[in-house]
Amino acid sequence: MTVDHAPPDISVPSEKAAPPAGPALEPVLPAASRRGPLRSVPRWLRRTVGPVTLLVLWQVLSATGVLSPDTLASPGTVARAGADLISDGTLPSAMAISLQRVAVGLLIGGVAGIALALVSGLSRLGEDLIDATVQMLRTVPWVGLIPLFIIWLGIGEAPKVALIALGVAFHLYLNVYAGIRGVDAQLVEAGQALGLGRWGLVRHVVLPGALPGAMTGLRYSLATAWLALVFGESINADAGIGFLMNQAREFFRTDVIVVCLVVYAFLGLLADAVVRTLERLLLQWRPTFTGQ
Amino acid sequence: MATDLHRPVTTEATATEAVRVAGLTRAFDGRPVIDGLDLTLRAGEFTALLGRSGCGKSTLLRVLAGLDREIEGTVLVPKRRAVAFQAPRLMPWKRVWRNVLLGLPGKPERAVAESALEEVGLGHRSGAWPKTLSGGEAQRASLARALVREPDLLLLDEPFGALDALTRIKAQHLVAELWQRRGCAVLLVTHDVDEALLLADRVLVMRDGAIAHDTSVPLDRPRSVGTPGFAALRSRLLGELGVEQPAAAPASASASASAS
Repeated sequence: MTVDHAPPDISVPSEKAAPPAGPALEPVLPAASRRGPLRSVPRWLRRTVGPVTLLVLWQVLSATGVLSPDTLASPGTVARAGADLISDGTLPSAMAISLQRVAVGLLIGGVAGIALALVSGLSRLGEDLIDATVQMLRTVPWVGLIPLFIIWLGIGEAPKVALIALGVAFHLYLNVYAGIRGVDAQLVEAGQALGLGRWGLVRHVVLPGALPGAMTGLRYSLATAWLALVFGESINADAGIGFLMNQAREFFRTDVIVVCLVVYAFLGLLADAVVRTLERLLLQWRPTFTGQ
Repeated sequence: MATDLHRPVTTEATATEAVRVAGLTRAFDGRPVIDGLDLTLRAGEFTALLGRSGCGKSTLLRVLAGLDREIEGTVLVPKRRAVAFQAPRLMPWKRVWRNVLLGLPGKPERAVAESALEEVGLGHRSGAWPKTLSGGEAQRASLARALVREPDLLLLDEPFGALDALTRIKAQHLVAELWQRRGCAVLLVTHDVDEALLLADRVLVMRDGAIAHDTSVPLDRPRSVGTPGFAALRSRLLGELGVEQPAAAPASASASASAS
């Protein structure tokens, strides 16, 4: 056999003057060089960009007359109305009453939801007895229970608190239960091998493992709590933010209505901040993706 | 290494027992994985349990650890026993030292955990979260967690299986050292014949749900694959595990083979 092909250049590099052409190379840039001017802005400032833009847009639309004051008051009017409501003490006292309703509802619903989730999450007997019942009741839209609550509990504080507690309890139940059942069985087994008893396993392995789920449940239930508050207070309330809003509707005071909405939003934001802080403190062990 | 610290295999008549198993049967859905198994482990002895994948060796270890109680037969184990699993199984929500102390009776001080971590060369990581440990570090933390219980019986379920080759060699040395210092009985479940011969006084081969082969390893320590007699034992064990060896090839040439 005659050699009619030359061997590949790579095997005889010294014979040729030109080095073999490799694939085109591209630099892998260090993460720091990816920081554009926007990325060097502090995060809290970046996070305020969206809301501030909306506010400016609203003011511009109001000032140019596109939004008539009857449809929606301008930010300036709303701010003045808010200042008035604060200075005459109406808003603080309404907020105190609403906050109290949410706190009591959260407490009752939270205790009930977590207790039920623990019973059905930790034991198979509890699961059989409780889970099916809760799952069935969960399909009833809780807002639809308002008429029944009014008949049962009257028009005082009780139906409002009950509504909040109900919404909270279901969310916490579902997420804590799922969290408990999502705990890694290998870790439970390791705990057994280390000599932990039943209560030790629950305390050191199952409950910490269910905490991420519980935090998700807490977030959902806080959102539900505000929603339930709005529903509850729009019916037969004689105090609280919802009452303030109903009163404003009768007088076509869109500025006061917006103030109340802003207060609701502000309270929701505050609750979210509390949960975020809790998560940062309690879930710092989690090896999860935190965004780039 | 101090070879005089471990008990020689020949004193078995006087040595006390660390484990006694008689007529042990464990079936999964009617299919016996362990079938009438008898086994005695002597106190202070390092035993390796070899077997093909799925032969029931991990099930046996779980039975000895008290994790699997769906059994028939007699199983006697010491009260103080500890397990190190293939995965470290550290609680991710507890810092390393709290993981080490987990399950210990009373309220032990952090110093107790730190001295155990020091022993495995991990004293500086005692306050770290498990997610920040490397694979080898996590496995050493798991070992410290087992040792802090001062076990009479240490059960190791392929503890080096998930480690890279270099880390594994270091971890094997560490286990040999710890065993010689502590003098507890060790049962090492593995599918690596070399690992078994490097570490153990006695090697068991499990087959068809019972101990099919039982041999002592009368090699001087420290050992290496080049130790005289190593190759012969190795090819005998591979034969017991059903691995065909090329007749002409010297056994030491294929030192990296394992019987998994």
